[in-house]
Amino acid sequence: MTERPVLEARGIVKVFGQHRALEAVDFTAHPGEVHALLGENGAGKSTLIKILTGAYQPDGGELLLEGQPITLRDPLHGQSYGIGTVYQEVNLLPNRSVAENLFLGRQPTRLGLVDRKRIDAQARELLSRYGLDIDVRAELSEYSVAVQQIVAIARAVELSGKVLVLDEPTASLDRNEVQRLFDVVRALKAKGLAIIFITHFLDQVFDLADRVTILRNGKRVTTQALDTLNTTDVVRMMLGKDVTFEHHPSALAGGPKGAVKVRFQGLGRKGMPAFDLAVHEGEVVGVAGLLGSGRTEVARLMFGVDGADTGEVFVDGQPVSIRNPAQAVAAGFGFCPEDRKLDGIFGDLSVRENIIIALQAKLGWFKALNREDQVELAGRYAEALDIRAADHDMPVKLLSGGNQQKVILARWLAIDPTFLILDEPTRGIDVGAHAEIVRTINRLREEGLALFVISSELDEVVAYSNRIVVMRDREMVAELDGDAIAPDAIVQAIAGTPEEARP
Amino acid sequence: MTRPTVDLRPTTQPPFPRPRPLATFFTRPQVIALAAVLFVNWLLFPGFFSVTWQDGRFFGSLIDVLNRGAPVAILAIGMTMVIATKGVDLSVGAVMAISGATAATLVTSGIPAPIAVAAALGTGLLCGLWNGILVTLLEIQPIIATLVLMVAGRGLAQLITEGYIVTFSDPLLIFIGTGSFLGFPMPVIIAATLMIAATLSVRRTALGLLIEAVGVNRSAARFAGLKAGALLLIVYSFAGFCAAVSGLIVAGDIRGADANNAGLWLELDAILAVVIGGTSLMGGRFSIPMAVLGAMIIQAMNTGILISGFSPQFNLVVKSAVIIVILVLQSPLSARLFRRLPGAPK
Repeated sequence: MTERPVLEARGIVKVFGQHRALEAVDFTAHPGEVHALLGENGAGKSTLIKILTGAYQPDGGELLLEGQPITLRDPLHGQSYGIGTVYQEVNLLPNRSVAENLFLGRQPTRLGLVDRKRIDAQARELLSRYGLDIDVRAELSEYSVAVQQIVAIARAVELSGKVLVLDEPTASLDRNEVQRLFDVVRALKAKGLAIIFITHFLDQVFDLADRVTILRNGKRVTTQALDTLNTTDVVRMMLGKDVTFEHHPSALAGGPKGAVKVRFQGLGRKGMPAFDLAVHEGEVVGVAGLLGSGRTEVARLMFGVDGADTGEVFVDGQPVSIRNPAQAVAAGFGFCPEDRKLDGIFGDLSVRENIIIALQAKLGWFKALNREDQVELAGRYAEALDIRAADHDMPVKLLSGGNQQKVILARWLAIDPTFLILDEPTRGIDVGAHAEIVRTINRLREEGLALFVISSELDEVVAYSNRIVVMRDREMVAELDGDAIAPDAIVQAIAGTPEEARP
Repeated sequence: MTRPTVDLRPTTQPPFPRPRPLATFFTRPQVIALAAVLFVNWLLFPGFFSVTWQDGRFFGSLIDVLNRGAPVAILAIGMTMVIATKGVDLSVGAVMAISGATAATLVTSGIPAPIAVAAALGTGLLCGLWNGILVTLLEIQPIIATLVLMVAGRGLAQLITEGYIVTFSDPLLIFIGTGSFLGFPMPVIIAATLMIAATLSVRRTALGLLIEAVGVNRSAARFAGLKAGALLLIVYSFAGFCAAVSGLIVAGDIRGADANNAGLWLELDAILAVVIGGTSLMGGRFSIPMAVLGAMIIQAMNTGILISGFSPQFNLVVKSAVIIVILVLQSPLSARLFRRLPGAPK
């Protein structure tokens, strides 16, 4: 790490209306370091990043690039100073070729026409430096998110080349893809780039970053070298308090079960082998498996999002028809989808309306919940789940991701469900909301609800599941119960290692 | 901790209206715009606000604005809900022609007028249902799906009238277009009734909220168990119905069905009225009364230009200028500017 920072922010202040999003925050990025930026949602991470890249203008303080004060008009302007950004959702054109995406806006031309051959050759050459050997003429959308992410990084580094901001780049990647991405980041770091890394995964921070800056409520808590810290320190500073996740797997496993609440028998559709599964009252069935293992597909089938070709569904022993989500809701099912923004949240509607919408859909068109009932329902569930919104009439899109997730959970609790499906309920949300959702899952189980919870976080699945179904290649390959539930066992089941092969 | 249990008695009680004090009503850009247009009309033509009572009904330029604006206002009522679902209905002008042609052809061939009216309204509903089916079941983009009927509908109307302007002297049809009730022209009475009925039936039931939810995020609406398809069918059918009503008024007014010109380009005025009324083309929040107000702004401008003696060519230019002003007032940019003013609502 050299002494002079490439990018320095001094005393940054940002005010939105009455809300002070950032208060005199200092931040430095040195060449050849990975600097992690941590904080709960609402701590000011995104605001700071947007100021560093030029998307927002600060209301106070200054930015210095290599010691010179700069004013950034917009991200493009920031790019011209060498500051590039890669977002969680890849911001490229999925229906254009990889090569075109890399050179968009600066295509090499010949006689005034785009020189495709040169684009392709340069793109291949460029990506080979990132260890990618792919057909650059194929559409970007044909590749995995990880590859798209690396393409986005390659483009950002080409365009800027001094500072690279990675805003939750790993949120939709699986473990191998994350490692691949990290290799790329380490290579860039060795080349002397300053990398600012934002993530919710603390283990990744310790894996990759050299220094960390922690924000809380718009103020900087600390900037420290990571080798002087451990996870508990970091979490404590992020939350400003001590939190402990309750791990009591042994208390759950093999305990007494209630009656069978829902039973899926031979449910399947084209490309999705039929499966049998029964979920009992007061039971959490956890689902583990890699991305693309068919976890989400099972959930969609159960909820009627994708119609099943075969199979039957029983609730309390009675057959029910679930051809579409409306029927599923009528049967008392609830589903918190993986993609909150796309399938869950009504951004422009209020928090209150977002909470009551499923109940209203279930009641039908003519039994309108009056405003008093709506206010009461929203108030109760917002309090029960600790939804932090200044006002339940404000649009839900203004809430943080964690609070939005709680709103969707509240929506389903409001219909008094019999069976709740949660697909990655804690993905991409802050530590505080994470703990709250895990607590809620445990509480719902104790109250006798049947739950089906998909999560990539093994520790988390182990903590709240009575039973774990492991999926691989769209099939349920293993079921772990009782003492068999342990992260190691799950990993082996996912990897397909036979039991006997264990040393 | 126990799960909070809430008394979920479904009530037939109407939901409370959204808080909307009178003061904020008068600071809405649409209301200010209407006032400004009326004021300019008054400057150009001092007699603009004078209303007289004659032969059992009101007369005057103001009444004329209401009367002439009614057909577009009625279209806008249906269009508002379609746009709230993130759709658009380009076919309403053509459906007006079909409705007028149906009623006129039936009465001239000796069918009793009430049946002819019912048939015309039924035809409008069917046209709307057709649009709804294209949008819902075949998942065609609304702008394309309704473009089909926009083009084909006028042809259908010509087939019905066999290419002639079908004139009639049926008193009921003429009454719908030119009669009066309680001193007001029938078109005004019909538009007002439809506006109130439509507003009540979306706001006193859950329909309004569910329509908004579908418009904001159709995928999330599906996941939340909403029957989005059925809602869309209803909304498009209702837009077709409104167009049929409007078509009857226009036919009654000229005592004939002109398949070529009835309702020509009025779909654009209706869309404009909805947008002026603050309903976003991106779907979501909607207001039927505000769309009707938008239709009145458009008509007040038309009338103002006519009575002021300017040549009608000015109409389009002035209209677009005023519309730009209104849209700028509604834009996020001016919202930011207004927020800085002291005393402005948050």
